[in-house]
Amino acid sequence: MKFLDYSVIIKNWPFLMLGLRETLRISSLAVTMGFCIGSFVALARLSRSHMLKLLSGAYIEFIRGTPLLVQLFILYYGLPQLGINLDRRAAAAIGLSINSGAYVAEIVRAGIQSIDKGQMEAARSLGMSGTMAMIYVILPQAFRRVIPPLVNELIMLIKDSSLLSVIALTELMRAGEHIRTRTYKDFEIFTFIALVYFVITYTLSKILGYLERRLQVSD
Amino acid sequence: MIKVKNLHKSFDQLKVLRGMTTSIGKGEVVVIIGASGSGKSTFLRCLNLLEIPQKGEIFVDGIDICAPGVNLNLVRQNTGMVFQHFNLFPHKTALENISLAPLKVKKMAPQEAKKLALTQLERVGLRDKENAYPRHLSGGQQQRVAIARALAMQPKVMLFDEPTSALDPEMIKEVLNVMKQMARDGMTMVVVSHEMGFAREAADRVIFLDEGVIVEEGPPEQVFFHPQLPRTKEFLSQIL
Ligand SMILES: Nc1ncnc2c1ncn2[C@@H]1O[C@H](COP(=O)(O)OP(=O)(O)OP(=O)(O)O)[C@@H](O)[C@H]1O
Ligand SMILES: [Mg+2]
Repeated sequence: MKFLDYSVIIKNWPFLMLGLRETLRISSLAVTMGFCIGSFVALARLSRSHMLKLLSGAYIEFIRGTPLLVQLFILYYGLPQLGINLDRRAAAAIGLSINSGAYVAEIVRAGIQSIDKGQMEAARSLGMSGTMAMIYVILPQAFRRVIPPLVNELIMLIKDSSLLSVIALTELMRAGEHIRTRTYKDFEIFTFIALVYFVITYTLSKILGYLERRLQVSD
Repeated sequence: MIKVKNLHKSFDQLKVLRGMTTSIGKGEVVVIIGASGSGKSTFLRCLNLLEIPQKGEIFVDGIDICAPGVNLNLVRQNTGMVFQHFNLFPHKTALENISLAPLKVKKMAPQEAKKLALTQLERVGLRDKENAYPRHLSGGQQQRVAIARALAMQPKVMLFDEPTSALDPEMIKEVLNVMKQMARDGMTMVVVSHEMGFAREAADRVIFLDEGVIVEEGPPEQVFFHPQLPRTKEFLSQIL
């Protein structure tokens, strides 16, 4: 094992940390945007309008039914042909947000539907409009229930963000590739990168476990 | 106060209400009994338009609530409803449960809404529970908060759908006592319940519903002890 040389990590530490920062930045942006998109799409899907139902359904099915990699290629390599040029960071942020939005929409929809229908009836019987009942009664309850699956979605998203390396965004994975082409220390670099992803996701899943226990107590 | 004419309601093929006609006076307390599936809940839910009837007329306080263009939310403010499973808002305290609708629907000032909520809590004997969440209240207490919540909208009619059937026996009494007090205070009440004690003490009239029509109605003593029809006798023999 003497041929393994982890000093390559130390030497390239600042560059790797820049990559990590990009990974975290783009993931948190995408999860926030994804949450906004997902919430609206979930409401659209549950609305009475056939048009909204159809559009939101099509969005969810299409995004969930095609690989993220292909979606990113369409955005970054395909769109310029139509005269739409996105820089790599914009393409990455938009691609990841739109992708995450579809999954979040299903999480939020399930959350809303898990609320006992007696809640809506009680609210309506007091004279609240459907919108009011949604805002003050249903969504606050649904929101607590979707926190755990949303953290789960964030974990998936951080792992998926490694795919952004293919559209030349220098996040953690691509930082590793850069170093690799200079040093040929593939094993050291990618085991270290795997460890970094693992530390992040493991921490999140610990937090998730804590949240789940807390929410159970207050239910 | 309530006038119902030839009310029909079906779910797809299933005809649940098949021509109900009755009228309920101001301050009258009516208890509805009937077998499971006879349409008791459906009838109550038509009265505040949680279900929309296919045919027939319903007047509440002189307003035809089935007329096209009627304001559903306004109609429902006039008819408070109490559910079998309370349906309190679990993320809100007892006080917030009661003040939510006055605040948001009636746009009442926060101070005024709080005062109103405290008055209603007092009325159901739970003045000390204002900050308790539903999960920390017993079933009987939850149902009393639910009653206070409905009362806070100052409805003209109160509808109760089996308000005590999810409660342990020792809690039934505290809820029924609140309801009896409301009856004495002159509230118009329509109560689906098989609590005979309550019916005999508080009800002006008992309606026996069978397969979506009223087959017999009259003062509690008459319906319970001298039923006219064999169908009523048969049903009563099952619940007594
Ligand atoms: N939303 C609905 N969709 C389809 N069928 C329904 C719906 N609501 C009620 N029903 C059916 O209508 C019939 C009457 O129901 P309803 O709840 O009015 O009966 P009930 O007299 O209140 O009975 P219970 O004593 O069991 O509460 C039942 O057969 C029920 O299954
Ligand atoms: Mg019922």
